[in-house]
Amino acid sequence: MNSRTRVLVVEDEAPMRKFLRTALSTHDFEVYEAETASEAMERITTQPPDIVLLDLGLPDGDGIEITKKLREWSKVPIIVLSARGLESDKVQALDAGADDYVTKPFGVGELLARMRVAMRHRGEAVGEVKQLISAGDVVIDLARREVKARGNDVKLTPIEYRLLVMLVKNAGKVLTHRQLLVEVWGAAYANQTHYLRVYTAQLRRKIEVDAAQPKNLLTESGVGYRFRAPES
Amino acid sequence: MDEERPDPDRLLTRLQRDEEKSNRATLKVYFGFAPGVGKTYTMLQSARRLRDEGVDVVVGYVETHGRAETSALLDGMEVLPRRAVHYRGTRLEDFDLEAALVRRPKVLLVDELPHTNAPEGRHAKRWQDVFDLLDAGIDVHTTLNVQHIESLNDVVARITGVPVRETVPDAVLERADEIELVDISLEDLLARLRDGKVYVPEQANRAASNFFNYGNLLALRELALRRTADRVDAEVRSYRETHAITNAWATNERLLVAVGPSPSSARLIRATKRMATRLKAHWLAVYVELPAARPLAEADRQRLEAQLRLAESLGAEIVRLTGTRVSDAMLDYARRHDITRIILGKPTHSRWRDLYRGSLLDEVVRGSGDIDVLIISGEEGTAAPRDDKRPREPGQWLGVFTGLILVATATALGWLGPAFFDAVDVVMLYLLAVVITATRFSRRASLVTAALAVIGYDFFFVPPLLTFAVADARHWLTFAMLFGVGAMISTLTQRIRRQALDARAREERNASLYVLARELGGATDADDAARIVTAQLSTIFESPTAVLYPTEGAVRVAAQTRSIVMGAQELAVARWTIDHGRPAGRGTDTLPCARVVCIPLASTRVVGALALEPEGSLSSDQRHFLEVMARQAAIAVERNRLAEEARTAAVRARTEELRSALLSTVSHDLRTPLAIITGSATTLRDGGDAVSADDRRELIHAVCEEAGRMERLVANLLDMTRLEAGIEVKRDWVMLEDIIGAATAQLERQLSGRRVDVHIAEDVPMIAVDAVLFPQVFVNLIDNAIKYTPREATISIDAKLGAHAVVVEVADRGPGFSVDDPRKLFEKFVRGGQRDRTGVGLGLAIVRGIVQAHGGELNAENRREGGAVLRFSIPIVGEAPTVQPEERLS
Repeated sequence: MNSRTRVLVVEDEAPMRKFLRTALSTHDFEVYEAETASEAMERITTQPPDIVLLDLGLPDGDGIEITKKLREWSKVPIIVLSARGLESDKVQALDAGADDYVTKPFGVGELLARMRVAMRHRGEAVGEVKQLISAGDVVIDLARREVKARGNDVKLTPIEYRLLVMLVKNAGKVLTHRQLLVEVWGAAYANQTHYLRVYTAQLRRKIEVDAAQPKNLLTESGVGYRFRAPES
Repeated sequence: MDEERPDPDRLLTRLQRDEEKSNRATLKVYFGFAPGVGKTYTMLQSARRLRDEGVDVVVGYVETHGRAETSALLDGMEVLPRRAVHYRGTRLEDFDLEAALVRRPKVLLVDELPHTNAPEGRHAKRWQDVFDLLDAGIDVHTTLNVQHIESLNDVVARITGVPVRETVPDAVLERADEIELVDISLEDLLARLRDGKVYVPEQANRAASNFFNYGNLLALRELALRRTADRVDAEVRSYRETHAITNAWATNERLLVAVGPSPSSARLIRATKRMATRLKAHWLAVYVELPAARPLAEADRQRLEAQLRLAESLGAEIVRLTGTRVSDAMLDYARRHDITRIILGKPTHSRWRDLYRGSLLDEVVRGSGDIDVLIISGEEGTAAPRDDKRPREPGQWLGVFTGLILVATATALGWLGPAFFDAVDVVMLYLLAVVITATRFSRRASLVTAALAVIGYDFFFVPPLLTFAVADARHWLTFAMLFGVGAMISTLTQRIRRQALDARAREERNASLYVLARELGGATDADDAARIVTAQLSTIFESPTAVLYPTEGAVRVAAQTRSIVMGAQELAVARWTIDHGRPAGRGTDTLPCARVVCIPLASTRVVGALALEPEGSLSSDQRHFLEVMARQAAIAVERNRLAEEARTAAVRARTEELRSALLSTVSHDLRTPLAIITGSATTLRDGGDAVSADDRRELIHAVCEEAGRMERLVANLLDMTRLEAGIEVKRDWVMLEDIIGAATAQLERQLSGRRVDVHIAEDVPMIAVDAVLFPQVFVNLIDNAIKYTPREATISIDAKLGAHAVVVEVADRGPGFSVDDPRKLFEKFVRGGQRDRTGVGLGLAIVRGIVQAHGGELNAENRREGGAVLRFSIPIVGEAPTVQPEERLS
């Protein structure tokens, strides 16, 4: 590590900023803050951060708008902070380019895990092509198109395979229904969520011990799916 | 004593009157004694002054009669356009009430108060329009001549010899807040008349020349001045009342006028009104109905009703009495109601009638005791031309014919059988024929039969036989007796028959009233009552019926028979009836062109209107009965309204109870974790190094634990709130196992390795549920199972396909529910087990809320083998979307 990771916290509640500053500083992050959407844009331009924590409910603007604007020129990881019950906001932010979200109230452990995953995936984007990828109980040999779950060979259909690869490649990170549908089935299927429901169910029966209580392929209600991160 | 104090009751009424006055619109009347005195001119002058002061004055209707000075005053005033009516080929222009109500000025000028409106208007008379304007809060200035006042109508007619048809009830003048007398000297008026400055319609020219003579005008002027003076007098009196200046209180006179169908009653009524006004007395118009007497002819009945209405419009209280004798009923009522004077008309019939029937006058005078009796003369030349046309009974000719046959039969019997019948027996046979005719047919037919009997007896049985000659003069007596007895029998029989008919009619009415009352007793709400009323009344009156209730600024048809058409006009009639609490529509003075007649449904207040579309016009009898029914219905409607209000109040009370329960439980359940967090945090802050590492860890753990608990509670409260606010379910096709998986993932920490057995049958299809909301059903059910069962007990979830629904059971092997009625579990804040567990008992209420929002059902029971089971169903809505096989996709 050449220097400490710079985190921009965009949040209008002062106690929340204080808590995040304390928590992240103890974990060796360099924290700086913005209270409003306009201030956030200014700080991002003048002092580019390594990761952004973005509250969706800002007084002067929409967090989703910031995400869209930012994505026009920057690939900096964005983690959205949002309350339960606002699933559609989260989906919009994620589809606009945010990397992940945490639901308030959250523990620091959860936040750090999300941040780590997000930053790792950004780093890998330009990295080398691996032949073997793995997460949870699942190992995929990309070259030979072979899948092993808990050491056993698993036979998958082409779509199941494409779906699993996408999930495992992004292990630990939430993928929205739309992202999965567009990537695996194509843009025409962007709203056909029942395809996703059927295939995730099939996939679970093949890779999980109990399909009704999955340990790897997790449902994020109203948002999408998340594959269990390798280290957790 | 030395100081007079105002009577508090009187002061109170005054105060109320003042209060009403300050809120309500004012009526100003420019009052004159003849056309041409300058009422319109004066009214316009003062209106211009008001306009200059910035008051919103609009001319609603002013007739200038082409007078230049008057027209000049209209310059620059806002004048409402007139309503054009095409009536029988001519174009009439009239005051536009609707436009005036829309324009809503502060002050509106409406000329010529007694005017009769052009057809199709809302009311028959302009003064009724004015009352509507006042009700709408618009001040009205208007003009009126003395000869148009109802109670002076006959006096004026006598003075001038010119009958005035357009009259205004005295109540209108009494309602006026201000009366300005417009007076000029007679010389000036006659001069103006000569100069052609007074408008006289062509056709009335001759009458007018009679009208405008010096003597007439003098008398009219005196009347107008006296009337105004009376009013000033009343104001002075009212001033005295407030200030207790003297004890010159109004006499406590109460007048009673006897009203009958005779046309002279109208005069009696007007005279009594004048007397009552002078004496400041309360007065009553009484009609005594004699059920035993012959019913009134239709014309008489109509005249009677018109006269009672006249009395009512002049301010009398109308009393209808029933009794066997007019005098007894009237005197009895008079004594019970402290009447001081009884006013009767002079008899116009012959002395003989008194001998035969007894004299009302005589009886009343004798029985009056300390009540004064005043006798007033009947109108000249109109000596009670009693219309003797009674309702014609059916079968007149059939009756005569039957009588003829019966007489012929009696004659034949008597003629053919002298061996069996004596002459006396023949007379009996004839009498029998008369009795039979009398019981079946009209009085007239039976009298004809009696005459025929006499003729037959004379011709066939009185010697010399087969001639009309009578040998023995004694037989004349027999004839007279035969006819006399026949006539008497027929009269008596007829009377009995009529009484029976009346009794039956009354019986029928009572029966229908009873049926209505009984049916209404079972009404569940106001609309139900409306349905019952329309059903009953449409049968009784054989006419289409509707019941209407007022809503915000409009009316609503609560129930109607199919054939009634409630168009805009009918609804307007109903609206008016509800607003004013008086009948309107067909056969009344208000909106008489409408097809329906509306009767207010009023008990303590007006709750609605009853609309009836009768075939012809209603007889006053029917109208009276309809009003009785309406009263009955109104009571029922009001009772139901009150019951509804009581129910709402009960629900509100229950909600209030729940809210306080929520407050106490929630505050307890929120405060406990807060107390632990605060306590632990302050210990850590203030304790410093004194806190051992182990304690520190424990305290921090407690803080995290309690915060988690609070979060779940807050989340549940939010869910509950959203469910109660009527959440919008966003249905999405999902797999049941996906939902269960999301729930178990959320409960990972609470489950901490506990086994949940999930079994979903192969044939369970995708279900359309809210993907965010629905997992909360399982979260709460599983959480519940975790809380109430020991650690090692298994929780099982079973799903199978039922009839048009997916049925899911969440079961555990714990102690089961301890609540006697499992339905109670789904109430908020009810906990099924031990009190020491945490949570406010919202969980199952949320589950039920979500399941119900999806159209499903939830129930709970204890398993026979031990433990509890919660079962819910999710109806299968529509068809799950198909997923194309993969080969075709790739």
